[in-house]
Amino acid sequence: MIVDLTKMKVGESGTVVSLEGGRNFTLRVQSLGVRPGKRITKISAHFWRGPVTVRVGGPNIALGFGMAAKVMVEVDRKRHG
Amino acid sequence: MANNKENNAGRKILLLGNPNVGKSAVFSRLTGARVIISNYPGTTVEFMQGYMKVGEERPIVIDVPGAYSLHPTSRAEEVAMKMLGQGDVVINVVDATNLERNLYLTLELLQRRIPVIVALNMWDDTRHKGITIDVKKLEEILGVPVVPTCGLTGAGIKELIEKIPQARIPKKPPCDSAEKCWDEIGLIINEVQKLTHRHHTLLERLEDLSIKPFWSLLVGAVVVFFSFWLIRFLGEGLIENFFDPLFRGVWLPLMNRLSAFLGERGLMHHILIGELINGRIDFGTSFGLLTTGFYVPLGMVLPYIFSFYLILGLWEDFGYLPRFAVMMDNLMHRLGLHGYAVIPMILGLGCNVPGALATRLLEGHREKFIAATLMAVAVPCMAQTAMIVGLVGARGGQYLGIVFGTLFFVLIVKGLLLNKLLKGRSPEILVEIPPYRIPQIFAVFKKLSMRISSFLKEALPYVFIGILVVNILQALKLFDFLAYLFGPVLENIWGLPQEAAPALLVGFLRKDVAIGMLGPLGLTTKQLVIGSVILAIYFPCVATFTVLLRELGAKDMFKSAALMVVTALIVGGILNLALQF
Repeated sequence: MIVDLTKMKVGESGTVVSLEGGRNFTLRVQSLGVRPGKRITKISAHFWRGPVTVRVGGPNIALGFGMAAKVMVEVDRKRHG
Repeated sequence: MANNKENNAGRKILLLGNPNVGKSAVFSRLTGARVIISNYPGTTVEFMQGYMKVGEERPIVIDVPGAYSLHPTSRAEEVAMKMLGQGDVVINVVDATNLERNLYLTLELLQRRIPVIVALNMWDDTRHKGITIDVKKLEEILGVPVVPTCGLTGAGIKELIEKIPQARIPKKPPCDSAEKCWDEIGLIINEVQKLTHRHHTLLERLEDLSIKPFWSLLVGAVVVFFSFWLIRFLGEGLIENFFDPLFRGVWLPLMNRLSAFLGERGLMHHILIGELINGRIDFGTSFGLLTTGFYVPLGMVLPYIFSFYLILGLWEDFGYLPRFAVMMDNLMHRLGLHGYAVIPMILGLGCNVPGALATRLLEGHREKFIAATLMAVAVPCMAQTAMIVGLVGARGGQYLGIVFGTLFFVLIVKGLLLNKLLKGRSPEILVEIPPYRIPQIFAVFKKLSMRISSFLKEALPYVFIGILVVNILQALKLFDFLAYLFGPVLENIWGLPQEAAPALLVGFLRKDVAIGMLGPLGLTTKQLVIGSVILAIYFPCVATFTVLLRELGAKDMFKSAALMVVTALIVGGILNLALQF
């Protein structure tokens, strides 16, 4: 199942599928390690559409809510039934 | 290789790397210079340079602001790009515990026609993080020398220096576009890096806690409260046990003798010692160069500067500030900023000048304007705070609450308004959260001593000039003129006596001296509270003004200053009407 980062649950992991933003956005998050093919774990989400914290490889990264909504992730979820 | 460069004096070596890779520590190891070593991105926007020794040569080493890539997205990264064009050799400092992400900048560098050598920094951390890197193989693939180093302990630095002459431009750059570079990095990592399982350390558990929404608020509140309590405790402790005894026991007798020698009526007495209060020297209110001129910056402000920067330095090096920025993001968004803008504000609590410089970390002009204006209006520097605590605090702690509470309220309301009124939208936070590190006491004190000496260098001359101006104005009877000119505003709007007018003038030079000038006026507590608030709001001091002028440009500085004056009029007026004591 592919969802954006804001819809992932805290603690869930997955693989980044695509970055749905402009060139500037893509370059910025890529240089922090968020890019297609990378394993990503959501660590926290702050109240009221606050920043989302993730772990991709090395240190943690915090992204604003709007940015997080542009990061599409294939989540490791077990299908029911 | 070194020979052909030998006579070429002034060769430039650039230190380039991502933020938070210990670049500043490597820099200070290379140069032995006194530099700031910190744990949050961008402390070196004001770059540093020093000299090192490579054989017979003494090249300049430049600590370039941290950058994630060569496509600049902030002012700091723009600065980095400009410097790259002027360098002769690049030492690319890479975080060995985070190789994959760091290699992107490395591969971009290898595409430039400039010799590169890679310092694989934080090498000592790789072992307990379960990372093994095949340095030989990495060297082969990149085509440039790679040296494992540890900036904090100095391990590997000697070898790095020895190998600088071997820095080279690779024959064939490994990639030429962003996508190809990321693919290449994937291959490199597979070849050279192995990860093994390991257990989480206590610090890592704490790390996760301080970025969870609820816990981060709790942790943040505790940190802020505890920090201010500690700053006050340390500051007052230093004053009571060290500075006051020093001034009363050693300096006062000297001044008494000098006063008797000069004779009470002389001009020199007036300038050096000031007025005698009930026949005695009063360090707070006499206003001579050697009495108040020494006592304000050294006896009242310095203890607080010391304790503030000690605590701030510990939090910086611990790596807490980026987490605080994330926690504040929600609130800051309402003010037209993102969470990271809280960093200039925190620095501004020490001194508005570094705070104003740090607004460069923000991406756009709009945020810079908002952050700079809010800081200049509502964030009192430690010199001012110490004076307010000394003067207003003597009347009762609740009045301090009113002063700082009002300033905080102004910050919020003004931010909300600016965000509504200015075109554009607040940008979003995107920040790396570095791991917690135990602060190195050596580095903390090095930074503290740098900040204190820069306070002394910058503050003392202005304090003296300020006090000199006060005395000259008084001698020329210009105080009466100022009082006549501004008196009506002061009396009718703020409920202050006319005699407070000169403090507004001196406040442009030094806010701490200006607040000190309220001391001898015999103000009521209400007037003292209003005076302190107005002096904080109405205009930045000249040092801050100069920096803001440069950072914002004349037009925006004018707008910002107009906002400050208007705010001071309104807030002072409201306080005058609202306060009943």
